[in-house]
Amino acid sequence: MLELFCRFRPMVSDKSKTRLYWFLAGMRGLFSLPSLILMTSFVGFSAFALESGIPRSEAVFMTFIVWALPAKMILIGMMTGGASLAACFLAVTLSSVRMMPMVASIVPEMRSKGTPVWLLLLLSHFIAITAWVFTSQNIHQVPRPARVAYFAGFGMTLALVNTLIVFLSYGAVSAFPPLMAGVLFFLTPVYFIASIWATARHSVVRIAFVVGIVGGPLFALIEPEFDILYVGIGGGTLAYLFDRYVVRRKRLAAAGEGEA
Amino acid sequence: MQDLWPYVFIAVAGWLATDFWRWLGVLAGNRLREDSEAFYWVRSVATALVMAVTAKLVVFPTGALEASPLWMRLGAAGLGFAAFLVSGQRVAVGVGVSLVLLAAGLYAIGL
Repeated sequence: MLELFCRFRPMVSDKSKTRLYWFLAGMRGLFSLPSLILMTSFVGFSAFALESGIPRSEAVFMTFIVWALPAKMILIGMMTGGASLAACFLAVTLSSVRMMPMVASIVPEMRSKGTPVWLLLLLSHFIAITAWVFTSQNIHQVPRPARVAYFAGFGMTLALVNTLIVFLSYGAVSAFPPLMAGVLFFLTPVYFIASIWATARHSVVRIAFVVGIVGGPLFALIEPEFDILYVGIGGGTLAYLFDRYVVRRKRLAAAGEGEA
Repeated sequence: MQDLWPYVFIAVAGWLATDFWRWLGVLAGNRLREDSEAFYWVRSVATALVMAVTAKLVVFPTGALEASPLWMRLGAAGLGFAAFLVSGQRVAVGVGVSLVLLAAGLYAIGL
């Protein structure tokens, strides 16, 4: 991909055009498997909003302004339960801490030297779990100066199209038949499981993968309020330490022996 | 003003509550070098978080899947992952096997 880009580079007259090219390439990410899965999830979300008595305009507004699907489910659950603004804010805040490491692990790969902070702050809004998976997998194929444009094309398009989907499908699709709804729901986790493993470029990702997948349900039983935080910060740190002091050390030792 | 209240509510409890963390993520991530140990640690934390959320979708699903037995969901996801590994890590194989197994199972229990 990179070679292809370099070969065609002389034909492109200035920098803005190459950025436009990558912005459009990002937009094409709308037709990737994770995006298509997310779109079916948003059809399901609009049915959930309708059932919960949230008007169409609020469901549409929420889709774009909150963007993270789990946060919206919690917000609707709390709102229909008649919780106060402070209680809703707290519940959504606690459930959204994961956004911070997700964004922090994308930014160093996305920015280049001159990228202004305000632009990153603005674009960070479009990071949610699907965009995180897609971007961590594909951003390496994009030349560094065009990565922000590529993500902007992908993230903004995905959010806008899903906002439109909620607007159109609200009331039109009441709910999928149970078997189909079950299979569609299952699509998200099994896709994440296979694709995150397949595209792990560093051993620490695979160790954290195993820790998260075992620790998530386990801590949900032990400490359902803060389970994700414990597994993320605690489990993620353990996975990192294990990778650094056991896996990488072993690899270094093995390489050393090979040389000797 | 009364009409605007739900939107203010959503903006504060939904938008501010999520984007606040995204902004902190930008400020923290902007200081990280891509090849630093700190970056590997953040990557590890983010991956563990995402996988914890993912595994909970399989173990504690909402909606139609709530009616299905846990062993069926674990079996479908686990055998799908095994097929994915055996096939030389082809994502489509893993996803396909999981979904076919789950659909067959759901059909068998009469969902």
